[in-house]
Amino acid sequence: MREFFIGKLDGSSLPHEYHTILGTISFFAMILAAVGILTYTKRWKWLWNDWLTSVDPKKIGIMYFIVGAFMLIRGGIDVIMMWVQQAMASGTSDGYLSAQHYQEIFTAHGNIMVFFVAMALIFGLINYIVPLQIGARDLASPFLNTLGFWLYVAGVAMVNMFFLLGGEYAATGWLAVAPLSGKEFSPGIGVDYWIWSLQISGIGTTLGAINFVMTILKMRAPGMSLLKMPLFTWGSLCSMMMAVTVFPLLTATLFLLFFDRYFGTHFFTTDGGGNPMMYTNLIWMWGHPEVYILMLPSFGVFSEVVSTFSRRPIAFYKSNVLGMIGVSVLAMFVWLHHFFTMGAGAEVNSAFGVATMLIAIPTSVLVFSWIATIYKGKIRFTTPMLWFLGFIAVFTLGGISGVLLAIPPVDFQLHNSLFLVAHFHSTVIGGVLFGIFAGFNYWFPKFAGFRLNERIGRYAVFAWIIGFFVAFMPLYILGLMGATRRLERYDSSTGWQPFFIIALIGGLIICVAVALQVAQIIASFMQKRRLLDVTGDPWDGRTLEWSIPSPAPSYNFAVIPKVSSRDPFFDMKEAGIKKPIYKDIHMPKSTGVGIYISIFAFLIGFGFVWEIVWLPVVSIIGIIITLIIKTFNEDSEYTIPAAVVEKMEEYEADKINTILKSDDRYKEDMGLKEFIRILITWALGLVGIKR
Amino acid sequence: MTHAELAVDTEHEEAANDRTMFGFWVYLMTDLLMFAVLFAVYAVLKNSTVDGPSGRDIFNPTLALAGTLVLLVSSFTVGIGMIKARLGIKKQALIWFGLTFILGLAFLGITMYEFYEIIHKGYNLGTSAFLSAFFILVGTHGLHIISGLIWLGVIMVYVMKRGLNKHMIRKLTLLSLFWHFLDIVWIFIFSVVYLMAFV
Repeated sequence: MREFFIGKLDGSSLPHEYHTILGTISFFAMILAAVGILTYTKRWKWLWNDWLTSVDPKKIGIMYFIVGAFMLIRGGIDVIMMWVQQAMASGTSDGYLSAQHYQEIFTAHGNIMVFFVAMALIFGLINYIVPLQIGARDLASPFLNTLGFWLYVAGVAMVNMFFLLGGEYAATGWLAVAPLSGKEFSPGIGVDYWIWSLQISGIGTTLGAINFVMTILKMRAPGMSLLKMPLFTWGSLCSMMMAVTVFPLLTATLFLLFFDRYFGTHFFTTDGGGNPMMYTNLIWMWGHPEVYILMLPSFGVFSEVVSTFSRRPIAFYKSNVLGMIGVSVLAMFVWLHHFFTMGAGAEVNSAFGVATMLIAIPTSVLVFSWIATIYKGKIRFTTPMLWFLGFIAVFTLGGISGVLLAIPPVDFQLHNSLFLVAHFHSTVIGGVLFGIFAGFNYWFPKFAGFRLNERIGRYAVFAWIIGFFVAFMPLYILGLMGATRRLERYDSSTGWQPFFIIALIGGLIICVAVALQVAQIIASFMQKRRLLDVTGDPWDGRTLEWSIPSPAPSYNFAVIPKVSSRDPFFDMKEAGIKKPIYKDIHMPKSTGVGIYISIFAFLIGFGFVWEIVWLPVVSIIGIIITLIIKTFNEDSEYTIPAAVVEKMEEYEADKINTILKSDDRYKEDMGLKEFIRILITWALGLVGIKR
Repeated sequence: MTHAELAVDTEHEEAANDRTMFGFWVYLMTDLLMFAVLFAVYAVLKNSTVDGPSGRDIFNPTLALAGTLVLLVSSFTVGIGMIKARLGIKKQALIWFGLTFILGLAFLGITMYEFYEIIHKGYNLGTSAFLSAFFILVGTHGLHIISGLIWLGVIMVYVMKRGLNKHMIRKLTLLSLFWHFLDIVWIFIFSVVYLMAFV
């Protein structure tokens, strides 16, 4: 009876180890703080109506950013723990982590960084910017977008749930290779948490991707043909097309693994005729394209940044587009290079090796397109541009080591070594993360209405680049010395410890860099009147998102623009802007259905993890009923009359004018010294000391 | 509402319609890819029968053929239903969709009976990798049929209540696409699973 109601849950599932207790305490502390602030400021209604149930892609984009940033710090804590352990655990010292705990940490680090940080931040950028770039007022299906976001949040909840109940996460590596992830070798609930967090957020990603493919292909402003689309939109289109293609593979594979664990099937088991290598194949068929799904929007960001800050249209636009398409097509046919050691034979290995090296060609086309744009351009070294230069340095290193790894005999030597770890961190940090940071700096005026602090931003870029090289160059060397990845302790005779200590120092520099980024954002908020973006076009931009006020109004465009070239806004500025004629605007209504469905989805996962049989059944029925009610509610739009649109536009202009008059705008961006001084004064004031 | 505003409104509606249809095609593609994985898995594990039976030992070709015919006919009836619905003949449309519903149920019954037969012989999805792949592939199709039936049932209730307005026509169009899609997947299952077992 008890088993029926609460499954495998019992007293021992409650947190009892130091890390789970700490996790639980910090979790409840955050919840309490949030609840307290919301109740104190009476913001509950505002939160629910204006944000949580919103279907506005701009708000959903910002929510992706917020959750993604939290998870970045969460994944960052994981990696600091690993760095410290590796610097300590040589010879007689065992470090401070158990082997099991260390394995759980690197698994969680990988999952969180790829699924819950990079994917989230990329989706945040796409959500906010793509509709603005193509001149659309909302997405093809606003509902799918909020559903996708909330499924992602349910995945985030699931991946952190082990702190509260169970105290155990998967210890299998981020892709949970079979047969290690089977019931036989991982009998605990860790892998189940892994399966369901990825499953739920993965389905959310598929839905989101379908939505963006629809939006980009069907909702562009009149006159914007495919070859007049801005390059960030092109990158997003390629990326979302790939996501639509490969995420179903992930869903299917995870279901098969789930069946293996739950119903005793024999897909990936060692007995009963199962085939573990099939799992590796299937998961990498998704896993390799996944990396490029993250990378392509980033490439798009760099194209925009380079073009704007060189004051030139992007050079070789068509080659750039072809390069991105080339990358996305080739990326589908290289998955086997992740396991040349499988023993598929020389022919298969060389075919995949050659395919992998071929990717270097379209990627180089992209790099040359950017360099050609810079050539003879009037370059402004703003923070986004510096991120781009950092990207060139770091990503090229990753690319070159990647070509090296694509050679099967070399790979046999370096497979699963720290060289590989250093390689993919070079590509993902350089390619994806720097791209996101560049995009965040570049489009921040559009999000918030004021630009970010340039001085502290610059320090952050340099700290990141220096920190990266100090942290990861030792790993390249260690890999060549024979250090394998996922190693929680090693013999002192290997002589590796100095390198691990240098890597830790690099890691600490990266922590400083992240702190600087936080400081940059806070400092910008403190000086926001001075950094105000009055025109909606702070960088002298070329594409449509700069033609509207910052932050963008809820309907994006009061009048849908007509496009006749690749740089429509640049042409508009040349031609001068005419007084628009306003029309009624149809906008989708907010809906909480995405939240309800995600709660049910979370409960399905939770029920399966703990084998509470009734819970998934009830939840599935719940989802079906919610969906039926939602689909047959035909009243999902509201209309803003033309007169109101005109008033809102005028109001927006007035608001900016009053702010303009009230503040002097001629101070410099705040420097780090001044920021720290203000911070200390504030902190001292808080404890009652006056300076 | 003036004439011009009405025209803008219809345009807005039509664009939304067009997007939904396109999005649904993309969704069908993702679903097809899930099936592609299951087919690939089946192809890999087909001969991993270990100590259990092979397809030749347990499949009932007559039953599979009957199922195929039932599903094909249901695809036909859903097509006729769509024509009637577009013509706005509510009663006839409901009859054809009702017929589709019954045929779908019959197909589901046949699949379940087939599963029952195999399990009755003492085999289940844990017997061998081959049977795992078989049950999951055919079972996933069956689950799709179930969701299609729920969807069909709900829409029929709403058509009875609200009549054949343009929202209903759109939903019915999506449903019929889904139904044809399941039919196509089944034809592949019939060829790859049942026919290949007897080659």
